[in-house]
Amino acid sequence: MMAAFPAHDLLSILPALWLAIAGMALLMTGVFISRNVSHIVFWGAVASLVIAGFLAIVSPVGGQPFDGLLAVDAFGRFMTVLVVTGAVLALIMARGFMRRESMERFELPVLMVLATLGMYLMVQANDLMTLYVGLEMQSLALYVCAAFQQDKLRSTEAGLKYFVLGAVASGMLLYGCSLVYGFSGSTSFHGIVATLAADSDSTGILVGAVFIAAGLAFKISAVPFHMWTPDVYEGAPTPVTAFFSAAPKMAAMALLVRVLVDPFAALVDQWQQIIFLLAVGSMALGALGAIGQRNIKRLMAYSSIGHAGFALVGLAAGSEAGVHGVLVYLAIYLVMGLGTWGCILAMRRDGTMVEGIDDLAGLSRSQPALALALAVFMFSMAGIPPLAGFFGKFYVFLAAIDAGLYTLTVIGVLMSVVGAFYYIRIVKLMYFDDPADAFDRPVGRDLVPVIAVTAVVTVGFFLFSDPLLDSARNAAATLVAGVSPTGQ
Amino acid sequence: MILQALAFYLFAAILLVSAVVVISARNPVHSVLCLILAFFNAAALFVLVGAEFLAMILVIVYVGAVAVLFLFVVMMLDIDHAEMRQGFLNYLPIGALVGLVLLVELVIVAGLWQYEPAMAAGLAQPVPPLDVRSNTAAIGDVLYTRYALLFQAAGIILLIAMIGAIVLTLRHRQIKRQRIGDQVRRRPEDVIRLHDARSGEGV
Repeated sequence: MMAAFPAHDLLSILPALWLAIAGMALLMTGVFISRNVSHIVFWGAVASLVIAGFLAIVSPVGGQPFDGLLAVDAFGRFMTVLVVTGAVLALIMARGFMRRESMERFELPVLMVLATLGMYLMVQANDLMTLYVGLEMQSLALYVCAAFQQDKLRSTEAGLKYFVLGAVASGMLLYGCSLVYGFSGSTSFHGIVATLAADSDSTGILVGAVFIAAGLAFKISAVPFHMWTPDVYEGAPTPVTAFFSAAPKMAAMALLVRVLVDPFAALVDQWQQIIFLLAVGSMALGALGAIGQRNIKRLMAYSSIGHAGFALVGLAAGSEAGVHGVLVYLAIYLVMGLGTWGCILAMRRDGTMVEGIDDLAGLSRSQPALALALAVFMFSMAGIPPLAGFFGKFYVFLAAIDAGLYTLTVIGVLMSVVGAFYYIRIVKLMYFDDPADAFDRPVGRDLVPVIAVTAVVTVGFFLFSDPLLDSARNAAATLVAGVSPTGQ
Repeated sequence: MILQALAFYLFAAILLVSAVVVISARNPVHSVLCLILAFFNAAALFVLVGAEFLAMILVIVYVGAVAVLFLFVVMMLDIDHAEMRQGFLNYLPIGALVGLVLLVELVIVAGLWQYEPAMAAGLAQPVPPLDVRSNTAAIGDVLYTRYALLFQAAGIILLIAMIGAIVLTLRHRQIKRQRIGDQVRRRPEDVIRLHDARSGEGV
């Protein structure tokens, strides 16, 4: 009966321990050091995130520490690396913005480190309780980040909206969790698998799974749970929005994939229909809703809804190839999304940010390099080969065709064509329209490396894609194999 | 046994009476105080059924924190409760109807409740019988061992909430602080000026 504290398990969650301790140490540094504080805490946060990513890569995988509360596997490691990469790049881009907008406070990096800790727990969750605790840790930090510019009405509004709708989503998720727990008698994914193996048409568990999927669909802003996205993306400070579209999206998507493919694997025929509808709705709204937008942050919000839809196409396939497609898609979206946000952060005139799409007119003449980078990202988002975005779509559609989802694939390709319209319109504005006033120069030491690296990766993806594809394949294989009919 | 029954009826009666007073008292402070009394009696009922952990949590969390917070809010906000209660009789029928529906639902649930027999096998951590181990000890057995990770993670969530509350509300405005050095250094000739003010014109 009496269990000892599982001290030996601490080693297998080394990245989480490191993030927690680093976050608290940075907080104390920020409180007690008064000179140059935001500088120290900022670079400290970047360093701790990089070290956490490194620890996640080198620490062994395959264990299920804390009696199966977590599953430290190749899937979790892949997603942790993506999440940490997104957090590091978004944080680096935030530096200049924070200084210019006089929101240079040390709490933002600390909150981002702690949010990353929550995401680490999310992507490795192997129990409904870990899932919820990780999700809440992440969300709570993000609500505060969204409202970080408390002097600006839009930012406060974004924070409040995100908080209220996030609370609704958490409520739905918890309701689903309680139903699943009530009908299976266990919160652990293994326990749910075992119950479903004995009784695979338990209505209670199915209803619970639907609620959990709806709660998570909120977090990845899939239609019809997307309402908050444009307002929050527009209102939140731009680097925070970049962070939103990068790290939390990865984590929530990973969580959705793991929950559906692991504990609810036996219900695949049922949840496939749900994911099908979510994917179609998101792709359509992402493509059609963005056309009328004049604000580039809102446009990116619709674009992220659309991309969530494309990623869900892979999940709808419900196969190992589908999960592989989702992982590759997420990795590519992370890179090109962050690059685009870097370009948006470079859009400032006389020291203030401008966000209109028309402000980009004629950028190719005033800043050819920036225009080229943004054009690369836009073509990649539209899915033009040989840029990275094409391969992301390629793998998810391939998996969908293999699974026989022809309708979904056709809709997806059509929506991708519609979406290409507004991406390419930006390129047209930059290259063929009369120049608007030039943006401030220089772009900034913090933005240039991020934009350059992401642009190079986007262009050169097809040359050096093997390591990513292999590790994604490995991750997908462990996730899908780990839940083969034996249940373990 | 008879003693237990007597205790039950005593606590239950006080609970019901104080609950009625909560919604009918004219003075909101009396309402909150009666709410605290209701919490205490509910805790006593929990002790009677052997759920001493819930009883303690009820007293510590609800009485110690929530009710005291209510009391502060009630005392700080100047609410005219007599005015708020003016529509009370108008809403009584619909309120009674909602209450009746809830009561019927509760009775149905209580009457038809049963455990899925297969579920007992899947329980991750079956609760030991009361005579073997008390609830508090049984929760402690798993909370700090098996679920230590979640316990710590919940602590970090609270830390994030605290950081968030401070970030969003604390502003370093131009606060006038007392500088004793400046005060001591002040001399009459620096701060006192003599004006010849004519009558009717001011300074």
